[in-house]
Amino acid sequence: MQRIGVFVCWCGSNIAATVDVKAVAEALKSEPGVVYSADYQYMCSQAGQDLIKEAVKEHNLTGIVVCSCSPRMHEATFRKTAAAAGLNPYMVEIANIREQCSWVHKDIPSGTEKAIILGKAAVAKVNLNTPLTPGESPVTKRALVIGGGIAGIQTALDIADAGFPVDIVEKNPTIGGKMAQLDKTFPTLDCAACILTPKMVDVAQNDKIRIFSYSEVSEIKGFVGNFDVTIRKKARYVKEDVCTGCGLCVEKCPQKKIPNEFNLGMDNRSAIYIPFAQAVPKVATIDAEACTMLKKGKCGLCSKVCTAGAIDYKQQDELISEKYGAIVVATGFNPISMEKFDEYAYSQSKDVITSLEFERLTNAAGPTAGKLLRPSDLKHPHTIVFVQCVGSRCASCAEKGKEYCSKICCMYTAKHAMLTRDKYPDTDVYVFYIDVRTPGKNFDEFYRRAVEEYGVHYIKGMVGKVTPEGDKLKVRASDLLNNKQLNIDADLVVLAAAIEPDKSARPLATMLTASMDTNDFFTEAHPKLRPVESPTAGVFLSGACQGPKDIPETVSQAGAAASKVIGLLAKDKLTGNPCVASSDELMCNGCSSCERVCPYGAISYIDKEFRMPDRTVAIRRVASVNPAVCQGCGACTVACPSGAMDLRGFASGQIMAEVDAICK
Amino acid sequence: MKVSYFPGCTLKNKAVMLDEYARRSAEALGVTLEEIENWQCCGGVFTTSKDEVATKLSSVRALKDAALKGQPLVTVCSACHNVIKQTNYAMLTDPEFASKVNRYMAEEPYNGETQVLHYLELLRDTVGFDAVKEKVVNSLKGKKIAAYYGCLLLRPAGVMQMDDPENPRIMEDLIRALGAEPVVFANRNECCGGYVTVESPALAARKSADVADNAKAAGADMIITACPLCRYNLIKNGSELPVVYFTELLAEALGVKEDTNE
Repeated sequence: MQRIGVFVCWCGSNIAATVDVKAVAEALKSEPGVVYSADYQYMCSQAGQDLIKEAVKEHNLTGIVVCSCSPRMHEATFRKTAAAAGLNPYMVEIANIREQCSWVHKDIPSGTEKAIILGKAAVAKVNLNTPLTPGESPVTKRALVIGGGIAGIQTALDIADAGFPVDIVEKNPTIGGKMAQLDKTFPTLDCAACILTPKMVDVAQNDKIRIFSYSEVSEIKGFVGNFDVTIRKKARYVKEDVCTGCGLCVEKCPQKKIPNEFNLGMDNRSAIYIPFAQAVPKVATIDAEACTMLKKGKCGLCSKVCTAGAIDYKQQDELISEKYGAIVVATGFNPISMEKFDEYAYSQSKDVITSLEFERLTNAAGPTAGKLLRPSDLKHPHTIVFVQCVGSRCASCAEKGKEYCSKICCMYTAKHAMLTRDKYPDTDVYVFYIDVRTPGKNFDEFYRRAVEEYGVHYIKGMVGKVTPEGDKLKVRASDLLNNKQLNIDADLVVLAAAIEPDKSARPLATMLTASMDTNDFFTEAHPKLRPVESPTAGVFLSGACQGPKDIPETVSQAGAAASKVIGLLAKDKLTGNPCVASSDELMCNGCSSCERVCPYGAISYIDKEFRMPDRTVAIRRVASVNPAVCQGCGACTVACPSGAMDLRGFASGQIMAEVDAICK
Repeated sequence: MKVSYFPGCTLKNKAVMLDEYARRSAEALGVTLEEIENWQCCGGVFTTSKDEVATKLSSVRALKDAALKGQPLVTVCSACHNVIKQTNYAMLTDPEFASKVNRYMAEEPYNGETQVLHYLELLRDTVGFDAVKEKVVNSLKGKKIAAYYGCLLLRPAGVMQMDDPENPRIMEDLIRALGAEPVVFANRNECCGGYVTVESPALAARKSADVADNAKAAGADMIITACPLCRYNLIKNGSELPVVYFTELLAEALGVKEDTNE
């Protein structure tokens, strides 16, 4: 028989205002096994914990029930308290009488009644608790960073700096991500390439960092400290270690009409290409869908001109298996498609562009060599209309846009407007906005400068329609502050498209068993206190995969994620969770039901010898759980038809005892 | 196959040809339009005021009639379609409105069971544009046709659920099926001026001109529409391009356009 102590917390007035805590303590005193019962204002405080410790010693307690807040909040605290008093920490149960009781009830009688029932259920469970001991697992001291944009680059550099090896997997032929496509960066207007490319070179030269470019993660198994990852290195038909990046093949390739992704299709590249001059790794890649040699077996020009002999038309995808202790997701973002926003005539006119396209139009390495010329006729535009929030903050159009604020658009639009006025003072610039949101260091000052020093026309209101007519774009918009309808003949319209997580994020989240929100942004373990960790242990979040972010914020989060990874990799061993599944081999009939439902691949089958009643030996196939991989979800215990599978700490018998106590 | 058909008032006088060509084309495509008995005006406009029940009753009766036959209800006029589809949606999703309406209904209550289809949806989803293409006798090859949607056909998008209101393709796909070349123009889903033409003819004239001029500038040589009021406004306000009902074009391509006295 257990000797149980019950401790009822007031949580100041959080619980005590709606629950008669003294009545709860009194009522639970007569439950089976309970030998001591008390209440206290703040059980989690040092004094409250001391109260528990003393009671354990004085009353020789074997089990503890704390009636307080959610176990998510303080279960760990009270387990430590129990351990300090010499009890097994898994002999502690929490009855949540705050979130699930006092906060949701209005009157004291019903709150008190429910608190007593919850307390009884916890007592019933503790009566059946057994001491549990967590196992230990080793930590592989290597990190994987998925995504090679500024987020992934910064995370990898910081982890490598602490002395741990890091691999970056990037699906494109080069690292650099979106930042490599930007022209200038707000609010200081330094050139993006000038601050990014030295970091890219650092990555390439760091002997702790390996880059798997043109590669994708295809399988992830294992658990925190021990991930087994398979990386698919896509065939680029160029030997990476042989290619010198001289670019001769790119020059000679006769197939030159392929839309250039780096310039968002505004100019063309050849079938064999290096995305941009500062690409890392600086090696060529053959676009298999465009290459005549790969499609028709004729041409082979690049192979003929390559002095290094790097071209290999027979190259195959390669699968690489590696072990990692931690995984950082840095899959980034993309602007949403403008297909469903045709009121702005994006599909009808070349002179309606997105802001990212505008970046390329003003970049020295872009399709117009940095001269602001409109795409249709390469003339200098004299009137430019910027439209903010295209698809952002669009609760009424959720089927095509996003409900959230994309966060970066106000600042980059202010930057575009300011730079345009600075370089081309003869150009009229209009910015249409819902609100201008510029909270950030030196951000509002930056926006005010665009308005006051550079004379950008900021107009509160939205554009309703863009009609291409002749060589003009007729922009119809409303000026809300003047209550007027405006008609502007523009030469160029720039749309600040909402941003969304990269499409690769959703399948990756499934592989990682990491959770996502309805917008496919990765969810953090706690929105305020654990912002760079995923709820899945060993998985960390860096950059815009977690939510819209500008560069300064991305870099800070990248560093934070790295520090969490370093903290994990610095450990030699990890303590596991003892609340895992285990099978009663005598009852198991080897049907495989549990193996099929296990999302973590923790269950395998072994052949085991059994001594039969007639003293013969039989060999039977039975389920075996790897406690290091099992996450204790309990799916197998429900699937098992013979009731052989049970969950330690949450055994079917314990759950039924709780239900019985509630229904009594 | 047989479907219930709601022509609407205008199709019995001003827009006889929209109706006539729709019927002939449907027969040619193997669909029988069964005109609902004793139908009345759809109400003309879908009022959004919650307590406005009376003007919606005739729509509900037509919907109920189709429900009793177990047939989808097909309309061809943009305005009728808009009113009937919105009324049906309200009956389906707003129990308070439905209960008010049902108090006026003699028989069993009606709760939005009928599927409301626009004739274009019938062509796309039931007949299929591929099947339409096969039945084409006089290909319209070489014609550049601008599809004018107007404001009522696709909006509100959440209720009409026909096509993307800003970047639709249903009429363009039909034009392609008939062998002609669709011309996409920016103002294809702008308002023609609608009923404003009664109160402020000048404003309506400007709106119509915006549409017609834009279609012409985009290189079209003909405008098609599903809406009698759009056609009326565009022609009245001097569209340089001919404005015809899409059913006329369809009938021509299917070889069932005979001379009738309009």
